[in-house]
Amino acid sequence: MADLPVSPLGLRAPAAPGYIRTGASRAAAGLGPGVALLYLSLMVALPVAALTSTAASSQFLTALTAPQTGAALALTVAEAVATAVIDAVTGVALAWVLVRDDFPGKRLVNALIDLPFALPTIVAGLVLLTLYGPGSPVQLNIAQTRAGILLALLFVTLPFVVRAVQPVLLAVDREAEEAAASLGAGPLTTFRRIVLPAILPATLSGAGLAFARALGEFGSVVLISGNLPFKTMMASVLIAGQVESGDTAGAAAVSVTLLAFALVVIAIVTGAARRLARRHG
Amino acid sequence: MIEARNISKSFGDFRALTEVSVSIEPGRLTALLGPSGGGKSTLLRVIAGLEVPDSGEVRVEGRDVTRVPARKRRIGFVFQHYAAFTHMTVWDNVAFGLKIARTPRDQARQRVTELLDLVHLDGLARRYPAELSGGQRQRMALARALATAPGVLLLDEPFGALDAKVRQELRGWLRRLHDDMHITTIFVTHDQEEAMEIADEIVVINHGQVEQAGPPDQLYDHPANEFVMGFLGPVTRLGGELVRPHDIDVSTGRHPAASEAIVERLVSLGFTTRLEATLADGQPVTVQLTRAQAAELDIGTGDIVFLRPPHPAGAAAGLVPASRPGSARP
Repeated sequence: MADLPVSPLGLRAPAAPGYIRTGASRAAAGLGPGVALLYLSLMVALPVAALTSTAASSQFLTALTAPQTGAALALTVAEAVATAVIDAVTGVALAWVLVRDDFPGKRLVNALIDLPFALPTIVAGLVLLTLYGPGSPVQLNIAQTRAGILLALLFVTLPFVVRAVQPVLLAVDREAEEAAASLGAGPLTTFRRIVLPAILPATLSGAGLAFARALGEFGSVVLISGNLPFKTMMASVLIAGQVESGDTAGAAAVSVTLLAFALVVIAIVTGAARRLARRHG
Repeated sequence: MIEARNISKSFGDFRALTEVSVSIEPGRLTALLGPSGGGKSTLLRVIAGLEVPDSGEVRVEGRDVTRVPARKRRIGFVFQHYAAFTHMTVWDNVAFGLKIARTPRDQARQRVTELLDLVHLDGLARRYPAELSGGQRQRMALARALATAPGVLLLDEPFGALDAKVRQELRGWLRRLHDDMHITTIFVTHDQEEAMEIADEIVVINHGQVEQAGPPDQLYDHPANEFVMGFLGPVTRLGGELVRPHDIDVSTGRHPAASEAIVERLVSLGFTTRLEATLADGQPVTVQLTRAQAAELDIGTGDIVFLRPPHPAGAAAGLVPASRPGSARP
């Protein structure tokens, strides 16, 4: 672009007839990223900026250091980490079964994976509360416990890792696995040394998304957690309570903290995934 | 000695191998030759332990290994599409088998260095497979397969994905490698020229069965049937018999054993000249002449020539009626 003369208005002057089309198509090519950037600004950057400016007050640290807030944030991060780790393991296992094994009803199971995304999360919360709450038909009451929260989070984040890993696993070179076997590697070694490195970037980014989602999950958690301060109060539920009681600055402070956690984790995970993926041909 | 006895293998409705028996002599370079889908790759994979046959057995040095998994068979396997470990460097690819075998570090380092030297990749040890050409990747795969000093080297269309020039180079190189190391080697190919050029023994496989097995010259000169004859070289039909185009005797004078034909076309191909003619019954026939022979005959389109098969029917150069198709032994 720099090699063409540019008018003060930013319009490119056609240097020769042959340049006209080039210039026009370059301008059109610039339009796409421009629109995308504008849309992203309106949808993501602006709300984040508004939130951050609300939080940026003298009350920020006071809001965060309130004992109840600290406890809620610590619980939320711990639950999100546990969710991401468990999702990574179960997600890879599910993807493996769906890609490598043949069994009756496989297509149905494959379709079921997306159900947690399709179901409104409050409905998921209600289902879980009915099943595992007081009066549970399976005699298991985990309402108002941290295990109950984890269960709800695992439910709503289940598709992330499965759907990230599935296509990568499909593309894994089966002959590379056979080559490893011919060189004396057992099935576990072959998985660890040949398959896992190939699917690790996808697993990481899936787990990263699951983590971010778990940090802010509200609908599925609000009913089963019972929202006991210092025990089962999750950050998202705390924010809702703060807003209801008129503490907008406090709500914004907690929100920005969650946002920062999510961004940092996604940045780390994406960076790691890219570094791993770069080595793949 | 590697023996496959009465191997049958089906994939769903498709019968890949039917009662196949072959014997592979130790220290030889054996080609499994045949058209695509004929079952030769399946046979190689059964010998490797990558497929379990539906029936029959594989014996190595007299020991039944039919159900021994590939990883316990001490084989080296080379795949058509390299099967490189893409997230490992060339060095780590070659060292993989040694690491699995827990070879001491110094010994492994020395072995990998030797092998990379052998396959002329000594300067590329730190590269990733994606940064190599096809020929380099396949040489890396060969080094990887040889690292653990396997008892047998199995190659499945090893040069099939490479361009003609590299293929030609690697062929000669594989032959020399075999001459140096004397490792029992079986390779699958659909290219008769490749098989003829480098193999000590050729096993022709078609429709899941062995058509014939033996040294290249024997198969070329004494094919067991028309399929083998047609697969190993050019053929044309004269007097109801399949003959090699270069074995036909051409003259401009009448002869009692010769068939009359009219010249359709003479194509000069450098050293050789292809004569295309039509017999009295309308059948086309192709004859291969040397340039000198063609000049001596001094014929052109529309001339009448007399074509004589090399020997009377059923003689030495023709088909060998006694050979049973399906028998592996020559």
